[in-house]
Amino acid sequence: MKRPARHLWLLLPALLVLAVAFLWPVGWLLSRAFTQPRPGLQNFVLLWQHPIYLRVVWNTILISAIATPITVLLGFPVAHAMTHGGPRTRRWLIFLVLVPFWTSLLVRSFATIILLQRHGPVNGTLRALGLIGQPLPLLHNLTGLLAGAVQVLLPFVIFPLYAAMLRIEPSLMQAAMTLGARPVRAFLRVYLPLTLPGLMTGATLVFISTLGYFVTPALLGGPRQLMVAQLIQDEIAQFGNWGVAGALSLVLLAATGALLWLLHRTVGLGAIAR
Amino acid sequence: MRTDGLAGWRALRHAVCVLVAAYMLAPLGIVLIISFSAAPFLQFPPPGWSLRWYRSLFDDPAWVDSIVTSIEVLVPAAAASTLMGTAAAFALVRGRIPGAGLILAVLMLPLVVPTIITGAGLFGVFRGLGLNGTLPGLIIGHVVLTMPYVVATVGAALRGLDPQLDAAAATLGAPPLRVFRRITLPLLLPGVISGLLFAMVVSFDELIVSLFVSSARVRPVAVQMWSNLRGDFDPTIAAIAALSFLFALLALLGEALARRRAAGLHT
Repeated sequence: MKRPARHLWLLLPALLVLAVAFLWPVGWLLSRAFTQPRPGLQNFVLLWQHPIYLRVVWNTILISAIATPITVLLGFPVAHAMTHGGPRTRRWLIFLVLVPFWTSLLVRSFATIILLQRHGPVNGTLRALGLIGQPLPLLHNLTGLLAGAVQVLLPFVIFPLYAAMLRIEPSLMQAAMTLGARPVRAFLRVYLPLTLPGLMTGATLVFISTLGYFVTPALLGGPRQLMVAQLIQDEIAQFGNWGVAGALSLVLLAATGALLWLLHRTVGLGAIAR
Repeated sequence: MRTDGLAGWRALRHAVCVLVAAYMLAPLGIVLIISFSAAPFLQFPPPGWSLRWYRSLFDDPAWVDSIVTSIEVLVPAAAASTLMGTAAAFALVRGRIPGAGLILAVLMLPLVVPTIITGAGLFGVFRGLGLNGTLPGLIIGHVVLTMPYVVATVGAALRGLDPQLDAAAATLGAPPLRVFRRITLPLLLPGVISGLLFAMVVSFDELIVSLFVSSARVRPVAVQMWSNLRGDFDPTIAAIAALSFLFALLALLGEALARRRAAGLHT
């Protein structure tokens, strides 16, 4: 028996708002790439010909490619402890990962500036320990950007990994080790492959979030860490160049979409919702 | 069974957890401490204590106006996105709507599309509508960005509810609206409250769309903080940062309470 759809009208307000205040503006912006200042593909030619644009796109990819493995390497042990560390540890870690998730990016960037400034606590501690003579330049460069970014990104990799680890049967590792596998081998051959869906989901989320980063590179990075989102804002706010901004937006959106599509084909997007 | 290497892994795991804990929490501790500093600039640790930065926060009309603007934006935006998001989640989970998965994906799009694109697009179309630099403009932008959180939170809560309860009430003769009001809504309330709190926090913290749509006169806290951080900033920003952290912590506690209540109702 086919049951009829109900409550369809309840969807209308949300979809209407989304269409008018999201799909239309985004579509409008992207279409500027082909219409401003003249119809055609000249904006994409411009992106290709001017080294500044390509450099910023390359920068953005590079920064995402550096931030992703760092986040995964730090997040993996935390997710593991969350899964296997007992209820107390789990509660604490979830709280720990959630608190900064709920606090403003600006507040955290501000705190990172204080921590990493020339005469800040990090440099002070390193000097007190005798590890460095001169204060290290930790701000307005790649170090500052990564320090701020990884903190924001960690929850995106910890929670999918945690979800994947929860689904792993603990007896599998026991079985592997009972059969004579060393823990390292059992981990690499049994445990790690089973965490792959979570790992891929987390890594993809981190990568695509970083691609669109605006606040963190502007506040903690330097001029050499200029990223695509900042360039889009500059093109509009400083030059009123909607065509180039639209073309850059299209490139950014296409990269994001392609990565999500890849994730969907390999892991399934349902994994993200969970 | 060989267990060599396990102790090493445990030690490493412990070390990373402690490191990450410090990494996640240290910034917040530093903000709280420095907001009570007596120093005229951002010195850490502070040489003395005072409330001067809280005073300067509330004495400066730019900051006070921005707090008022933020509230004027987040209350209607969070209320609207909670109403519409809850309705949409209800239809998607309970409505047996063909293509519900696809519709859900579309509703989640504002989370996936880089906010810079949404912000620039809104700024572009708002120019023709005269909505830039106005409260309605900001509210519309914030509704778009907060609604996905409500749909996700309420949707998850709905999936945890047994539809049989509604069916039972209906079988006993309750009209649909009363079933919703007396059975579904009370059970769903914790999820809705979570969604509302989430929307409020997201709206308060939102910067990118606000940066495009706001003006010097209509400027929420996040934009005020941004221009302060870009210029020569002083510890006033630590005071507002500490207050906004407190706001987030209260919301987190409220969310945990709502969740606990939900868990209590299910047992």
